[in-house]
Amino acid sequence: MPPGFSAADFYYILPELVLVAGALLVLVVDVLTSRQQRPLLGWVTIGVLLATMLTLLPFSDVDVLASRGLLAIDGFAFFFKLVFLLTALVTVLMSSSYLEVEGLRAGEYYFLILCATLGMMFMASGIDLVTIFIGLETMAVAFYILTGYLKPNRQSNEAAVKYFLLGAFSLGILLYGMSILYGLSGTTNLRELATVLATGEPSTLLIVAVVLVVSGIGFKIAAVPFHMWAPDVYEGAPTPITAFLSVGSKAASFAMLLRIFMEGLPFLAEVWQPMFWVLAVVTMTFGNLAALTQSNIKRMLAYSSIAHAGYILIGVVANSSRGVTALMIYLMLYVFMQLGAFAVVVMLRRRDVVGDELKDLSGLYFRYPVAACAMLFFMLSLGGIPPTAGFMGKFWLFSAAIESGYIWLAVIGVINSAISLYYYVRVVVFMWLREETLGSPIVASPAMALALTVALVGAVIFGVYPGPLFELAESSAQSLGGVITGVGVSSF
Amino acid sequence: MEIIWLIPLLPGIGAAVTGLFGIRFFSKAQTAFVACTSMALAALLSIYAFVQLLALPAEARVYFVVVAPWIPAIPLETAGGIGEFAVDWGFRLDPLSGMMILIVSGIGLLIHLYSTSYMHGESSGGYARFFCYLNLFCSFMLTLVLGSNFLVMFVGWEGVGLCSYLLIGFWYHKQSATDAGKKAFLVNRIGDWGFVLGIFLVFFTFGTIDFEEVMVSAAAMPIEAAGFGVISLICLLLFIGATGKSAQIPLYVWLPDAMEGPTPVSALIHAATMVTAGVYMVCRSATLFTHAPMVMTGVAIIGALTALMAASIGLLQTDIKRVLAYSTVSQLGYMFLATGVGAFGAAAFHLMTHAFFKALLFLGSGSVIHAMDEEQDMRAMGGLKLYMPVTFVTMLVGTLAIAGIPPFAGFFSKDEILFQTFLHNRALWVIAVLTAGMTSFYMFRLMAMTFYGKYRGPAWKSAAVGHDGADHHGADAGEDADDGHGTWHGPHESPAPMTGTLMALAIGAIVAGFVGIPAALGGSNAIEHFLEPSFVVSADHDVGEASGVALAGAGGEHEVSHGMELGLMILSIFVALGGLALAHRLYLKQPELAGAWKARWAGVHQLLFNKYYVDEMYQSTVVRGTMSGGRGLWRFDRRVVDGAVNGSSWLTLVSSWCSGLFDRYVVDGAVNLVGWSVSESSFSLRRIQTGLIQNYALTMLIGVFVFVSLYLLVG
Repeated sequence: MPPGFSAADFYYILPELVLVAGALLVLVVDVLTSRQQRPLLGWVTIGVLLATMLTLLPFSDVDVLASRGLLAIDGFAFFFKLVFLLTALVTVLMSSSYLEVEGLRAGEYYFLILCATLGMMFMASGIDLVTIFIGLETMAVAFYILTGYLKPNRQSNEAAVKYFLLGAFSLGILLYGMSILYGLSGTTNLRELATVLATGEPSTLLIVAVVLVVSGIGFKIAAVPFHMWAPDVYEGAPTPITAFLSVGSKAASFAMLLRIFMEGLPFLAEVWQPMFWVLAVVTMTFGNLAALTQSNIKRMLAYSSIAHAGYILIGVVANSSRGVTALMIYLMLYVFMQLGAFAVVVMLRRRDVVGDELKDLSGLYFRYPVAACAMLFFMLSLGGIPPTAGFMGKFWLFSAAIESGYIWLAVIGVINSAISLYYYVRVVVFMWLREETLGSPIVASPAMALALTVALVGAVIFGVYPGPLFELAESSAQSLGGVITGVGVSSF
Repeated sequence: MEIIWLIPLLPGIGAAVTGLFGIRFFSKAQTAFVACTSMALAALLSIYAFVQLLALPAEARVYFVVVAPWIPAIPLETAGGIGEFAVDWGFRLDPLSGMMILIVSGIGLLIHLYSTSYMHGESSGGYARFFCYLNLFCSFMLTLVLGSNFLVMFVGWEGVGLCSYLLIGFWYHKQSATDAGKKAFLVNRIGDWGFVLGIFLVFFTFGTIDFEEVMVSAAAMPIEAAGFGVISLICLLLFIGATGKSAQIPLYVWLPDAMEGPTPVSALIHAATMVTAGVYMVCRSATLFTHAPMVMTGVAIIGALTALMAASIGLLQTDIKRVLAYSTVSQLGYMFLATGVGAFGAAAFHLMTHAFFKALLFLGSGSVIHAMDEEQDMRAMGGLKLYMPVTFVTMLVGTLAIAGIPPFAGFFSKDEILFQTFLHNRALWVIAVLTAGMTSFYMFRLMAMTFYGKYRGPAWKSAAVGHDGADHHGADAGEDADDGHGTWHGPHESPAPMTGTLMALAIGAIVAGFVGIPAALGGSNAIEHFLEPSFVVSADHDVGEASGVALAGAGGEHEVSHGMELGLMILSIFVALGGLALAHRLYLKQPELAGAWKARWAGVHQLLFNKYYVDEMYQSTVVRGTMSGGRGLWRFDRRVVDGAVNGSSWLTLVSSWCSGLFDRYVVDGAVNLVGWSVSESSFSLRRIQTGLIQNYALTMLIGVFVFVSLYLLVG
């Protein structure tokens, strides 16, 4: 055992270890089973994810630094890991029938999903620029491959290449910023960074570094103007991967963002708050306006997910305990509503129908009322209509902004929500009011039904009874080091 | 009684089951079983809870059950600094809500049973849909009365509004039904606007919306006798909400139209339960209202005027259900009159007796309509007591009850209201007595036109002919005849579930008043003493000097002698008998006199017959105003917004054209300059290489560049 390590370090990354072992197990099972037994792989993957979740549970109220201060095992990491595992779980559930229809190999697919999840988990735990970066790369590489997983499909290939090239480019920017930070402070540890750099007026170089890091992360969360890749990649990637990308990758990047800025650079809040303010406004406005005219539902959801990144950024701008809490709640709710919407889109994919055009939803209510009603609920939730989860999430985000004195930001957010309703409700119009299109009947496999159920239950329960989630998020947010706790509400 | 939250939940589960599975898969019998069982369980549980409540000493009769936290503490500004807006799924059982759950679940159950037979003509899908709505309605109504804070109450409040819309428009293929549904919904929205603002103001003022805490804080505040303070404003807003839900001036117009729904709906929603929600809410906020005497006076005046106006309209209506609808509005006016004079107990008492006899009358009218093959016009009825004796006798009981003839239920409760009004304000009392006379008149007119005299309806085919024609249907034909759907064989008594319900309600209409026999008649007025703790703040709190006046009206009871009270009682009995005699004379003995009177007072007749032209007034002011406003907005939309959109799309086009130029000449130019030699050989990659990806990267770089420049040059 290398110096400085102890058995405890392995205990603290037990969930990650279980996940790695499980990922390898999936590869082995893939080799040992025949093509006919392919559905088995999906359930093995589910088992791995559930086992990881189980081993994660004991860490809900732990707060330690592990692995020589490279990893923070705290409530914040716990919450985000839960988000990632749930996302992966629903994604895997909705994948099996899709793989079947597309005739794709399942083994590597599930393996890569697990790898991406692993990367995300390190991103949430990492409290050192290097750890975070390695987690980010683990996730990103898995996603590059997954995006191009539809090998015969040109769009998918194009998306993968674009994603890879632009991803490399943005990582360059991010790394440049990180290296400047290291150069200025002599450390990559975020908490040390905070103490070393926090003296005196910030230098020009430090500001440049912050801008570069924000830009690099902006790419990952698809914030305008670093979003250009998102619509193409979301449209080209296999639909379940699009879902995973738009939820999991985004959540992980927000975890990284919060770690870096709230743990490492809280003293520079005056510099990065306005930046995020601008990003939030531009991102949600652009995302919503662009989504208005889309006729492809995957592309529409891509722009909508850009807009949502804008909303979520409000929580960062607020820069308060309540803001972080609201952000985390929103991400959790976003998991359910976004994945639910994607699950319905995946379900539309049949042998003879691609199912990602808006018109493919025509008359869905008359063919599959349950799916249509679920989709209606997800759309209303994404739009933020009251009894749904989306409303609760937005309510907290906007109230956090108001509490920190960003009233205009909240106003712009509300206006944006109103705009977004147009294209969400348009989906409903298609499902209820348009003529049926033909095509083979829509069937939901058991796994797909389960995915829809999980998403729906989550979106419904947290909409009417958000108490427990709120408490979990609130206590998790407390463990984030740099959060300014107890921000005065007098500014309200 | 930790499980009172189950009471609203059970019908909710019933609604979920019939709604999710019933519409597709259940037979009518299965639907009826699920719906009635869930209601029966709720009713049993209500009785159990009520018995448990009775077992407690009188001053401790209150339970609070918090099922779960709902809205976690959100800091919001209040009058006293930043308060925590925290709401629980809290339920409260006290004498008032205890009485309400008995009414709602008990009468609800009876109406469910009645509907199993009444709605038999629907398809099994429609049947399940109906019971789903009906169950859901009961669920929300029970939530409304059991909620321990304004927000839970509001959930129920809005829920019953929704169900009412669904049920009024149940026959959605009928234009008039959907219109009536929309009308009810919109008019209720106006009231809800007031209610919501009232809740906001309650929170802003007291920092909480829990009934108990609000009432305790309010009790400690001074009575706003001189001016119009914040409590008065709260009460005014809450009362606006109540006028919407309980159909008071000026928002009563939706209720008569709501008769487009199936008759059991009219009985349940528009007589016994939902419309009483406003009265219940005012009673629940009794402490607030007693601190706002000006609003109290307003409530009393509105109540009295509504009672008088609706009763006068009821005098000349010919549709049997509309007569009952206006009578409901009028009786609700009585209840508000009672709350307005501070007699909350009397209001709640009348609410209870009214629930019995009005449900009875509505269901009786349903039985008549059923027997007459969906005919509702009383001019085409008459002499029906021969054909449907049970309906006749039970409706007679209901009529005697509402007219205030002792010893039927309505006598005791109405007389209590009249007496309390007499003590408080003589002018209002005169109006109330006048209304009582009218009530008696239009109810006996209804009885006379429907059950007495000669049969005036259409002729029918004899049963034998009907069967000949439908012989090949075999059993179906027999069943049809029972239900009154299919070939009509003339007026007939309704099937057992319907008559059974009528009889049960008739017993209620006879005995329900006995719980409130006033002291003047040797009783103890048990119900008002039972309910009293719900209207005053409980003694163990520090209530200050204000609590003494909380029941000013009831306190006045002892100031007047029993002799006086007895005299008033006898007077009101005579008034009722006068109404009866007049109806008897005009519609049975000397029908020609009615025509003569009509000619003599043609103006008044027209005015009443057309319901004071209030609907027309709303049509020409509010509706037309809104419509033209809407058209104006539409024009604004067309010209300005669309113009702006078109303009922006034009801008987009121009800018994209510009960026296209930029793309072609600058970006591509640069790319081509560098990559021209490569592009020939890598034709297959060209799509990606010279496509948008540089643009993407360029955009990102511009973003970085802009931010860095902003910080370095500007900031």
